[in-house]
Amino acid sequence: MKKVTKEVYLKWYEDMLFWRKFEDKLAAAYIQQKVRGFLHLYNGQEAVLAGSLHAIDPKKDKLITAYRNHVQPIGMGVDPKRVMAELFGKGTGTSQGLGGSMHIFSKEHNFYGGHGIVGGQIPLGAGLAFADKYQGNDGVTLCYMGDGAVRQGSLHETFNLAMLWNLPVVFICENNGYAMGTSVARTANHTDIYKLGLGYDMPCAAVDGMNPVKVAEAVHEAVERARKGDGPTFLEIKTYRYRGHSMSDAQHYRTKEEVEEYKKIDPITQVLDIIKEKKYASKAKIEEINKRVTDRVKECEKFAEESPFPEKNVMYDTVYEQEDYPFLSHKL
Amino acid sequence: MRTIQFRQAIAEAMSEEMRRDESIYLMGEEVAEYNGAYKASKGMLDEFGAKRVIDTPIAELGFAGIGVGSAMNGLRPIVEFMTFNFSLVGIDQIINNAAKMRQMSGGQFNIPIVFRGPTASAGQLAATHSQAFESWYANCPGLKVVVPSNPYDAKGLLKSAIRDDDPVIFMESEQMYGDKGEVPEGEYTLPIGVADIKREGSDVTIVSFGKIIKEAYIAADELEKEGISCEIIDLRTVRPLDHDTILNSVKKTNRLVVLEEAWPFGNVATEITYIVQEKAFDFLDAPIIKLNTADTPAPYSPVLLEEWLPNSNDVIKAVKKVLYK
Repeated sequence: MKKVTKEVYLKWYEDMLFWRKFEDKLAAAYIQQKVRGFLHLYNGQEAVLAGSLHAIDPKKDKLITAYRNHVQPIGMGVDPKRVMAELFGKGTGTSQGLGGSMHIFSKEHNFYGGHGIVGGQIPLGAGLAFADKYQGNDGVTLCYMGDGAVRQGSLHETFNLAMLWNLPVVFICENNGYAMGTSVARTANHTDIYKLGLGYDMPCAAVDGMNPVKVAEAVHEAVERARKGDGPTFLEIKTYRYRGHSMSDAQHYRTKEEVEEYKKIDPITQVLDIIKEKKYASKAKIEEINKRVTDRVKECEKFAEESPFPEKNVMYDTVYEQEDYPFLSHKL
Repeated sequence: MRTIQFRQAIAEAMSEEMRRDESIYLMGEEVAEYNGAYKASKGMLDEFGAKRVIDTPIAELGFAGIGVGSAMNGLRPIVEFMTFNFSLVGIDQIINNAAKMRQMSGGQFNIPIVFRGPTASAGQLAATHSQAFESWYANCPGLKVVVPSNPYDAKGLLKSAIRDDDPVIFMESEQMYGDKGEVPEGEYTLPIGVADIKREGSDVTIVSFGKIIKEAYIAADELEKEGISCEIIDLRTVRPLDHDTILNSVKKTNRLVVLEEAWPFGNVATEITYIVQEKAFDFLDAPIIKLNTADTPAPYSPVLLEEWLPNSNDVIKAVKKVLYK
C-alpha cells in the first residue's frame, strides 16, 4: 500500500472536511427548498471513502454505490460544483439535472452511480468487473452498499456469480448501523454482516470504518487480490451516520447519546488529532485549510444557484441513443 | 431460397453478429453446453467458446444485472431468459437499470443490451408459464420491444437489435422455434420500429404480432372464400409503434381488428385503439375490436386453454362484426 504520509493525512483532513461541509450545505439548501426530493447525507462515514481512495488507482479502478453518493464522485475527481448543481436541478449538473440527489454519475471519472433501488447496484458492480475481465483490463471495481442492501436477494445471486466467474470486484458494505430506521440486529439472526461472504467461500472481514488507515489497508489487500486474478472480497466496514437516513428522518430509533458516543471517534477528528500530534501542520495551516474548504463550498453553492435550469428537450434527448426516437406526445 | 427453422434464424443472427464484434456475448441458462433450452444457440459454444457463450445458474436477477453492468463498461450482452415469465425475478434490472440508466446519467451511459427469449403461452403450461409481457415492457420509456412472427423477420430484426445502442426486449415463442421459413443465405437486417404488411387487402385491417398472427392468416383465408379481403399488418416492433403503417391501412379499409395474445386491460391493442381514434377518427366506419386472452390467468385444462386464447374463429367473427355482416 502507498505510505500514509504527512501529505496523505493533510489531504484526508481537507477532503473529509470538504465532504462534510458540502453535505452540510446541501442540508441547509434542502431546508431552503433549493434541493428537493430525497437527500441522504454521508456525515460520519467519510473515512470509508478516504481510505478506499487511498487504496485504488482512480484511472482504471471503478466505484459504484447506492444513493448516499454525493461525495464519492468528488473523491474520484468530479468537479463538486457540478455535483451541487445536480442537486439544485440545474442543467450544469452531472446528469444535466435529470438524476438529482440519488443519481450522480461520471463516466469520465470512473464513477458508475448513484443508484436509487436498495441492492440494485450490486449486480451492476459485478457486471463492471465482468467487462474488465472480459476485455483484459486490470481495473478493479469497488461496489458499495448499505447494511440494508445485504438483505436483498441481489447480493446473494451476485456473490455466487462473482465467485463462480472469479470477478475483479470488492464488495463493500458500509454498515452504519441502520437501514433507514431498522437496526442491523432487527434484520437478521446475527449481526456479523461480513460472514455473509462465508457461504460463498468469499474472503471477508470486518473493518473499523472510523479510521481511514484501517479502511485503506483492508481495501488495498482486497484490491490487490482482485487485480492478481484471485477474485472478489467482501468487506463489512463498520461506520456511523450522524444525520438521519434522509432529511425527513426524526431518528426516534436511536438516542442522542449514541450519536454523541460515535462523535468521540469521529473520523475527521481522528485524522486531525494525528496531524496535531505529529505536528504535520501548524494551527495557522489548519486554519488555512478550514477557510479553503469553506470558500470552496461557497463557490459550489454560488455555481449551483447561478446555473440555468435545463432545457425541456433534455428529458427526451437523454433517453435513447437513437436520435430520432418517436416519443408519444403528452400535452395538447 | 433455402428454408430454415426459427431457432436456426436466431442462432444465425447471434453468430453472425458475434463474428463481427468481439464485445458481444451470450449469457443465460442452458445457452452453452445444452445448446439452448430450445436449441436457439446450437453450436455457438463450439464456435465462440465458454468466454462468450456463458451458462449461468438460475439467477435471473443476478445475471440480468451483470449484463447491464457489463454494458456500462463497453460490452454488448445478449441475455437469454428461458422464458420472459422468468424475467420477472430480474425485472428490476431491466426497468430500473437498463431502461433508466441513460436518462438518469444525463446521457452518459447508454445500455446496448438485448434481453431475449420466448413470450406468451406455449401449450398447457398454466398460469405462471403462459404470460405475455409485451405491453408491460412497452410501457417503459428507455426500452424497445421487438416481437417477430417468422424466421426471416426474426433473423433480420435480431441482428438490428444486437446492433442497436439502446436496450431491446426481443420476444420469441416456444411454439415458433420449429416453424420453417425462407431465409436468404446472405447478410441482411430489418429496421426496428417498422411494421410489415403481411397481406394486402381492402375491406378490413387486422393488426397483430408474434405467433398469434397465424390465427389472423387462417381467418383471412376463410374470409377470402366469402369475398372479404383482409389486410394483415404485423407490427414486428411494439415499441416504438409504427403509427403510419396502421393509420394508412385504416384510412384505406375504414375498419380495424387488433389481435394480441395478452390480457385485455391496457395492452398493446388498447394503445393502437387510442391512436387510431385520435388520428383517424373520421375514417372509421365501425368501432374497433380488440381480441385478447380472457381476463384471467391462463388455465391448464385443454378445453379451458382453448377458450382462454383468441383464435381464428374469433377473428372471423370480429371482422364480420366490423363489416356489419
